[in-house]
Amino acid sequence: MKRHRYLPMTAQDESDMLAVIGASSTEDLFADIPASVRYSGELPMSGALDEAGLLRHLRALSDRNADADRHVSFLGAGIYDHHIPVVIQHVISRSEFYTAYTPYQPEISQGELQAIFEFQSYICELTGMKVANASMYDGATALAEAAALASGATKRKRIVVSRAVHPEARDILRTSARGQGLEIVEVGCADGVTDLGALAAAVDAETAAVLVQTPNFFGCLEDIPAIEALVHDRRGLLVTSVNPLSLGLLESPGALGADIVVGDAQPLGIPMSLGGPTCGFFAVTEALMRRMPGRIVGQTTDSEGRRGFVLTLQAREQHIRREKATSNICSNQALLALCASVYLSVMGRAGIREVASLNLSKARYALGRLGALPGVEIAFPSPIFNEFAVKLPAGTDVAAFQAKLLAAGYWGGYDLGRTYPELSGHLLVAVTERRTREEIDGFVQAWEASL
Amino acid sequence: MSEIREGLRYSEEHEWALAEAGGGIVRIGITDHAQSQLGDIVFVELPEVGAAVEAGASVGAIESVKTVSELYSPVAGKVVRVNEALIEHPERVNESPYDEGWIAELEVEVETEEALGRLLTAEQYRAHTA
Amino acid sequence: MSGHRDKALIFEMSKPGRVAYSLPACDVPEVEASSVVPARLLRTEPAALPEVYEVDVIRHYTELSRRNFGVDNGFYPLGSCTMKYNPKLNEDAARLPGFAKIHPYQPEESLQGAMELLYTLQRDLAALTGMDEVTLQPAAGAHGEWTGLMLIRAYHESRGETRTKVIVPDSSHGTNPSSATAAGFETITIPSDASGLVDLDALRAAAGADTAALMLTNPNTLGRFESQIAEIARIVHEAGGLLYYDGANSNAIMGIARPGDMGFDVVHLNLHKTMSTPHGGGGPGAGPVGVKARLAPFLPKPVVGRRGDGTYYWDEDRPRSIGRVKPYYGNFGILVRAYAYIRSYGPAGLRRVSECAVLNANYMMHRLAPYYEVAYPGVCKHEFVLSGKRLRAFGVRTLDVAKRLLDFGYHPPTVYFPLNVEECIMIEPTETESKETLDGFIDVMIRIAREAEEEPDLLLQAPHTTIVKRLDEATAARRPVLNCHCE
Repeated sequence: MKRHRYLPMTAQDESDMLAVIGASSTEDLFADIPASVRYSGELPMSGALDEAGLLRHLRALSDRNADADRHVSFLGAGIYDHHIPVVIQHVISRSEFYTAYTPYQPEISQGELQAIFEFQSYICELTGMKVANASMYDGATALAEAAALASGATKRKRIVVSRAVHPEARDILRTSARGQGLEIVEVGCADGVTDLGALAAAVDAETAAVLVQTPNFFGCLEDIPAIEALVHDRRGLLVTSVNPLSLGLLESPGALGADIVVGDAQPLGIPMSLGGPTCGFFAVTEALMRRMPGRIVGQTTDSEGRRGFVLTLQAREQHIRREKATSNICSNQALLALCASVYLSVMGRAGIREVASLNLSKARYALGRLGALPGVEIAFPSPIFNEFAVKLPAGTDVAAFQAKLLAAGYWGGYDLGRTYPELSGHLLVAVTERRTREEIDGFVQAWEASL
Repeated sequence: MSEIREGLRYSEEHEWALAEAGGGIVRIGITDHAQSQLGDIVFVELPEVGAAVEAGASVGAIESVKTVSELYSPVAGKVVRVNEALIEHPERVNESPYDEGWIAELEVEVETEEALGRLLTAEQYRAHTA
Repeated sequence: MSGHRDKALIFEMSKPGRVAYSLPACDVPEVEASSVVPARLLRTEPAALPEVYEVDVIRHYTELSRRNFGVDNGFYPLGSCTMKYNPKLNEDAARLPGFAKIHPYQPEESLQGAMELLYTLQRDLAALTGMDEVTLQPAAGAHGEWTGLMLIRAYHESRGETRTKVIVPDSSHGTNPSSATAAGFETITIPSDASGLVDLDALRAAAGADTAALMLTNPNTLGRFESQIAEIARIVHEAGGLLYYDGANSNAIMGIARPGDMGFDVVHLNLHKTMSTPHGGGGPGAGPVGVKARLAPFLPKPVVGRRGDGTYYWDEDRPRSIGRVKPYYGNFGILVRAYAYIRSYGPAGLRRVSECAVLNANYMMHRLAPYYEVAYPGVCKHEFVLSGKRLRAFGVRTLDVAKRLLDFGYHPPTVYFPLNVEECIMIEPTETESKETLDGFIDVMIRIAREAEEEPDLLLQAPHTTIVKRLDEATAARRPVLNCHCE
């Protein structure tokens, strides 16, 4: 290959540049790579396609997936089919944002820095916490980082986690705990929420933190005030993982006494995209500020007194502290944090409440209709936000049932038996503001037809 | 040139130590040379009051905008007091490293002269930083 | 005007009564939250989000974008970050509904196109790096490092060995030691030799029965190829340790040399560097990890498998897996872009990418050498390191050179990294920059070197043309104001 639309090098450039270098060929510039490790021949990789051919190929791959434009989604379990306001796509397509790197040069990065500062402000406002960082990979890895922070802050090694926390988040927590020498203790559930009796028994003077999610994986709201008292009695930290959209209606975890609040911003205008990339958020009390992982933006002034923004509290970070850093994270999900910020700007004070309210009303409507089907039971009596577990009639083949719903144009819900053997035969159903009454009614009819 | 104050004792890691009048207590801080190397100090992670520390052990950290430096205790003892003013005003370590920018006071078990005896004199420290 | 006034925060633009949202009317019976949720769990005060209308939103973020500098604005020779052009086709690809609007828990049969893409990318990256298997889960380079180290840990443990130390050269990225800590290892830092390469004697002295791994970039962060790599690998392997390849600098060697053939056992790639996916202002990225067969049983699950009939499946049946490191299947949207990039070049094209990146870097280094000291002379790979220490005689530091570059519309190179070069300036031009662009930048660098001698104040006061001048970072860190609700 000699010419390509992304490569400006002409034969003339090449010979002119080699002349300056004093090399006779580009090949000479690789003379320091010993022959024994040189690769000869062409790598066995996928071949090159021209622009039109590549687009055709990618469209063909895309078309083989059932997407949410052509299917009606009742799937949630951490990733939700919310409406994405049109303006978001336009803002994040500004290439001044998406082709920039981390804002190391503040004088020419004020736009990104201010956007992150506003993101931090939004997260503080929603969560009721004093301090938030510039974002994390996702909600699940943020939860694992919260466990590490809690262990460092309390100098304790035991982490108590509710089984109602997302199973994949608990998987990640276990993996990372192994690296950090943390002990993970899981506490079971009753009525779809953390079993408070079992939790009280599990929390002791060695407990660094209790990790709960609300709404939890089953869609149920945890009794955070009761859990808070339990944890703080033993001087452990309370870590809550929250759905940010639910905070339009629900009390902020900060007001309920959480020490660390994490979550995934996907419901705030971020495409589902097979579950990634999304954007985690991470907020703490003031006491934990200097232990927070990740990037943080602060406000300051320039030499002429103008307001400006900079990356700050950098002494926590890996490029300075190396092996003693609070975390190895040196990036954030800036572009997706921008999605979340634009979403919250669009929603505003009234919209965030209204959209949360719509989710609740539609979920309750679907819950009522599905629960009325013969043989179908709502699994748990606990309060919910936009998701709930349903017990299918005994003997239902869940995979076959799901396949029938898919054929009828629905993503039918998450099979809880995949990760909770005791809940085999249960589906987790999510209902967002995007679902119309007609779609919900159609879904109920599809259940009737398929059961 | 940075100031090296007579009468103080110094460690090779650029901390100073001073026996308080009355005996038994040693005040520690970082030298003028150390603060100028660090640049604008933004946060001092103070030792924990009540902690027992070995000579040469890390008892805290000093953060500047672009770097962080461990604080090593020049003497062994128990931390009895820390300079809490540095929480709000870390810049005092830059402005006044030997006076208002002191960091902690330790109660030493041995005679203070013995505790300080192993440290450098001002003259020796001057040679060390030269 | 905007250059001289503070840009308002979106919160400061709020006016009660304005809205920018459009939500459907509630077409089901409206449920009062207080009737189904206990009062103690309900918000009493609404979240104080701004009240603006759609034009405010668009103008606000458009204005913020104008106060930002990306690769599409101009030359961005940020060493070690590979700020190459981000092809627009890749952006369009990731937005196709069959990629952007799919759910991780959809039935496998409804995701076959996405899974074919992931499977093919696993195979392509394995071929590129000379590895046997690849996981696409890690979200970033640092995340890939940590994942790789957890694999190494699992490998040693499976052999009943306790190995606690990870060796890194002093020129390594700060993430290497911090990832080692997060994976439960101690870090041993070894010095570089006089030519900027791994000091073999120091490595021999450090390697032993407690060595879990050596982490290395090759070419290293000084832009030098570790020519003794075979000997390095022999020393580490003979001690029973493994070799970890930090793929940050892969843009230098695609199709020319493969980590797997150099003796590395584990590799991560930064798709946001080598594979052109946009940096997004700090993320999202992707940091896939490749391993040799002996480490494959420990890979995070699931990986994408291919059945005999050509269908794809999530391979969850990996009993020795270290577990998950990322929810779902990694940063899929980024993986789509990387795949599109690979297909736009093919293997011969990727090799040409590396040749051009290396040619550009050597050309710049030769032209700048008379004005700035080259830290380690000799042929470089995709990047090179200069030292600005000569300018200290005029009271000028590397930081001032960087700030002066802003006045000419360039993003400065990486400065003060790696840590083992004084007044360091690390330049990585990438292959997508033309000779004219390089010449323009070089001329400005030469001019700045002259200014440093003749008019140092011009540098010390720089930048002069930006919307804000140098910012007070000390006050920002001493008395942090981290959100707009702080007093």
